[in-house]
Amino acid sequence: MEEKLVVSSSPHVHCAATTRKIMLDVIIALVPALVASIIIFGPRALMIVAVTVLSCVVSEYICRKVMKRDNTIGDLSAVVTGILLAFNLPVGINPMMAVFGGVVAIVVVKQMFGGIGQNFVNPALTARIIIMNSFPAAMTTWAKPYYYLHSTDAMTAATPLALIKQHASPDQLPSLLQMFLGNRGGCLGETCTLALILGGIYLIIRRVISPIIPLCYIGTAALLSLCMGRNVPMDLLSGGLMLGAIFMATDYTTSPLTKKGQVIYAVGCGVITMLIRNFANLPEGVSYSIVLMNILVPLIDSGTRTKAFGKEPVKQ
Amino acid sequence: MSMSLPDSPFKTHGGVNVPHRKNTAKVESAVLPPPDTVILPMQQHVGAPCVPCVKAGDHVLVGQKIADSTAFVSAPIHASVSGKVVAIQKIMLGGGQLVDGVKIQSDGKMEVSPDVKPPKIGSLDEFLKAVHESGLVGLGGAGFPTHVKLNVPKGKHVDTLIINTAECEPYITSDNRCAIEETDNIVNGLEAVKKWLGIHRVIVAVEGNKPDVIEKMTKAVANDSEVKVLTLRARYPQGAEKVLIQSCTDRRVPMGGLPADVGCIVMNITSTAFLGNYLATGMPLVKKRVTVDGSAIKDPKNVITPIGTSIRALADFCGGYKEKPKKILIGGPMMGVSVFNDEIPIVKQNNGILFFDEKEAHKMEPTTCIRCGRCVNVCPMHLMPTLLEKYATAKRVDDLVKLDVMDCMECGCCAYSCPAGRPLVQSIRFGKALVKARGKK
Repeated sequence: MEEKLVVSSSPHVHCAATTRKIMLDVIIALVPALVASIIIFGPRALMIVAVTVLSCVVSEYICRKVMKRDNTIGDLSAVVTGILLAFNLPVGINPMMAVFGGVVAIVVVKQMFGGIGQNFVNPALTARIIIMNSFPAAMTTWAKPYYYLHSTDAMTAATPLALIKQHASPDQLPSLLQMFLGNRGGCLGETCTLALILGGIYLIIRRVISPIIPLCYIGTAALLSLCMGRNVPMDLLSGGLMLGAIFMATDYTTSPLTKKGQVIYAVGCGVITMLIRNFANLPEGVSYSIVLMNILVPLIDSGTRTKAFGKEPVKQ
Repeated sequence: MSMSLPDSPFKTHGGVNVPHRKNTAKVESAVLPPPDTVILPMQQHVGAPCVPCVKAGDHVLVGQKIADSTAFVSAPIHASVSGKVVAIQKIMLGGGQLVDGVKIQSDGKMEVSPDVKPPKIGSLDEFLKAVHESGLVGLGGAGFPTHVKLNVPKGKHVDTLIINTAECEPYITSDNRCAIEETDNIVNGLEAVKKWLGIHRVIVAVEGNKPDVIEKMTKAVANDSEVKVLTLRARYPQGAEKVLIQSCTDRRVPMGGLPADVGCIVMNITSTAFLGNYLATGMPLVKKRVTVDGSAIKDPKNVITPIGTSIRALADFCGGYKEKPKKILIGGPMMGVSVFNDEIPIVKQNNGILFFDEKEAHKMEPTTCIRCGRCVNVCPMHLMPTLLEKYATAKRVDDLVKLDVMDCMECGCCAYSCPAGRPLVQSIRFGKALVKARGKK
């Protein structure tokens, strides 16, 4: 035969999944929350998302060029980071701060460690923490839901968690239904629990994520909230718990490989979140808890390796 | 001793849903007319290679022994056509091994040797000797000599015979067709093993995607209360020995151990059918049913072919190539070996030849691991392929041993499911070779 055959090691077939398709699924899962954020916080929410996505993608492109590496913007992971970063910012933020966040997430947190799959902490969350510490005032000024529909300028609201921290009376808090639908102060993508859960269900059905991390994280938080005598449903529906548990803690790169490891990691996230909420000065602790547990992932991974088939004593 | 027969399979870990592509499952097998020449390699089994006992110029008949070995782990080779030995020459097998091959020019008569007569068996020893003489090896693809497998080591008690009819590789339907076309031979074969080895529990394990096989086999064994047809979930690698044993008995073969360690013997259904026929006729292993399929072949079907026929002759018999094949596989797409030309002869344990066109042969470019953990979840051996790949690439042999790299059976589930297209099992093979090489030092 004149034309050469391809000779390669098996397997000779591959499933349909690719990194790009997985990232596309995550983007699709984020759409309900994006739509909710635009309804609740107005067209400016979309602008902030566009700014962070653009900032992330451009940063990734330039970074790869400078490092003389393959261009990876096609895998869409920078788009996911951009959307998640925007979801963690208040709608009123100065767009330049959002741009800064995107650069930090991609250049410092992701590419300096080698790019996709190599970062040891969640890029979007770490960027949020850095913005929060750089511009604390801007990061804690929360717009009132539907402020854009009213002619009066700049209506701000405290977040429910901040109200709880200040021992506000229950009637100052929004109702649970309002919380569930996202009609509360907060970061632009975190408020609508309904939309986030819809996205989570989509990811589970598509087998992009397993329900282990979200369930263990939320379950632990609920249990601790109960033990601490706090308002459990309020704790679950407020802050970034749902966004964090469904979309941030489940990031492949920064979560453990095995199911056992994922349980330990998610429980750890829940514990730290509730410790911060209850005992620390900060009203919210989701970002810090996930990033702290991200750092422990290599340790968790080495302690939860699978046991090879046939290593246990014979059962007959 | 009576043992319970399972009603449903036991749970196993991992595996992947591969596309079945069993295009040839309903097509009756066709018999290949005697080819002009066959080449019989001296290594068609696990173990010592055979030495030819014929020389160039000899006239041979179908079923005549042409090569044998004095080693215990080996299996004799018989002429698959009648005709003249024209040469004993070096040939390269699919895996790249260079071995001696006996080339026979067929006279087209397929004259059967007078040596071919039913064996007389009165004891287990005679049974094992007959199995040895038949040239039978594991026909599911492993090629392990059957007389060695059936010779249960002293101190081990085997209570279960599993007839492997999982056939979990995509495309391949030769076991499926065998079960439909040679049902009586299968029953005779399994009854013989049962009788001589004193086994009272036989499980014919079939994947659920072959309802016709399940129906036919269930009817065929209805008279024997110690034999049961068990429907397995159609999930790759259901037919892998360790997975199959766990599915059928909930026992786990210990690491580095054999099925006999947990009281089991696993036989492929085609091997069982051959044995049944051999005990009745004495015709040794000279022909094989091979699935010919893939995107580049015109008329896919199962072909019953003399062993030693070239891949090319099978392709021509199946209408030739639709378009130039870009990849040719011996075996299925998950574990098959890709070969460098179509002149390679069919050997005993081959059960499928696949011809892939350009599109089907396309390989994904690997990108960085995103730590999604799919490889860990699908590994039937509970290994961590992503770590093994890293350690193999970095040649960290100690870490490879620590993570039990040798337990990998190379099923390929990890590489199949990796969204980054990482060559996981391929790197693990390299890692296993590193561990073996160090052991030899």
